[in-house]
Amino acid sequence: MTAAQYLNCLQGVMQREWLRFFQQRSRFLSALVRPLLWLLVFAAGFRAALGVSIIPPYSTYITYETYILPGLCCMILLFNGMQGSLSMVYDREMGSMRVLLMSPLPRPFLLLCKLLATALVSLIQVYAFLAIAWCFDIRPPLWGLLAAAPALLLAALLLSSLGLLLSNGIRQLENFAGVMNFVIFPLFFLSSALYPLWKMRESSEWLYWLCALNPFTHAVELVRFALYQQFNLTALLVCLGLWLLFSLAAVLTFNPQRAAVRG
Amino acid sequence: MTIAVQQVSFAYGEGQALKQVDFSCQPGCLNALLGPNGAGKSTLVALLSRLYDLQQGDILLDGLSIRQHPRAALRQLGVVFQQSTLDLDLSVRQNLAYHAALHGLSRREAGLRIDTELARQQLGERQHERVRALNGGHRRRVEIARALLHQPRILLLDEASVGLDQASRRALNQHVRALCDEQQLTVIWTTHLLDEILPSDPVVMLNCGRVVAQGQADALSNGTTQESLSDAFERLSRASEEPAL
Repeated sequence: MTAAQYLNCLQGVMQREWLRFFQQRSRFLSALVRPLLWLLVFAAGFRAALGVSIIPPYSTYITYETYILPGLCCMILLFNGMQGSLSMVYDREMGSMRVLLMSPLPRPFLLLCKLLATALVSLIQVYAFLAIAWCFDIRPPLWGLLAAAPALLLAALLLSSLGLLLSNGIRQLENFAGVMNFVIFPLFFLSSALYPLWKMRESSEWLYWLCALNPFTHAVELVRFALYQQFNLTALLVCLGLWLLFSLAAVLTFNPQRAAVRG
Repeated sequence: MTIAVQQVSFAYGEGQALKQVDFSCQPGCLNALLGPNGAGKSTLVALLSRLYDLQQGDILLDGLSIRQHPRAALRQLGVVFQQSTLDLDLSVRQNLAYHAALHGLSRREAGLRIDTELARQQLGERQHERVRALNGGHRRRVEIARALLHQPRILLLDEASVGLDQASRRALNQHVRALCDEQQLTVIWTTHLLDEILPSDPVVMLNCGRVVAQGQADALSNGTTQESLSDAFERLSRASEEPAL
């Protein structure tokens, strides 16, 4: 197979994800409503109760809405990554996974195409969310929006690869509710998305360490720093390393027999 | 293109699905793989299409082992699975374009081949409709068009007529036979429905994971007595289920 054929395959997988995404308008809407509720309702109520001191990357006092903005961007990526996992399980149950597996291209490459396609669909949603937040006067630096794109892409790849890995362990579509309770909520709440880590430490040392070790915290911090055109090396290395680890694990644990039927 | 299944055994954990299955297919015609539900037909299709890895034995396509050259094998295969694998929310054309991309075809080349296949399957006017809006017969035609898009030399149809009404079944069967003649395709048509088999078809009968008979359909039914293929099938199936004394 030639490089052009690999590229054609990547384009095809991405196009399918885009088509599916644009046809599911409710999915797009719910992806936006969820973080907007947090931003415009939850944060509005909490801004008086919760003071955020000056911490990097911020150089001045900021509103609570400004603080949680990167966390909510990553929340979109997280939900979308898990949606990708759900879509893999759905494809497996409905049989369309077999179309992917019948491709003569290597299966790790096909899975990486799927991963990249899911990540890029997530990015559109994040930028749509940032545009709405802009309208409500929650505005990161303009150049920061551009600088954050690679950080958002890496965070999306990390969370999508986690979703892909999880999908290998989910036997039936019905089991997906467990992912919500045992993966999405702990990842989101035990992170720096809603509160700074020092705030967590004030509350409990072990809670702080749980948050500090949470991969989602590093994704949030990577995006937070990038939005302010700063570079967080630790977050970058953790996100990069975990993305590679999760992707490798997802490829190794992928079992094509689950995509076939017994006859 | 020749297909040789050599001493293939396969187990799902403790359950043996295929036991020393050994047969070969005639090139350029419809080969019927006949067997009741649970005979192991779909397992065999999954092994042929590389969805399952071979555990024992080998399958040769024109002498090329699919164990050693899985990707070369996949390029030669078009498969229509028993369960529909179309994306219901995409249009007919989008489904075909997706498959073409997975086989590395460029947009231009894919476009040309899609037009050809849609015309051949008489689906040109429905190409922009969502698959969800099509009836079972048309969906099967889309799946056949898709399976032929990368110009394979072997077409596997796993109980492709299940769920279709009598007229659609007959039309599908005739359509696939015409494809065999036009394109010299080697077709493996798995079924448990005897009326889909012609007397001149090469048949492999499978039961409980074993090949119980193989040969031309009329020879199988007339070989020993003047029984029909249906009687022969029942007799051979029963015999294969009886424990050895």
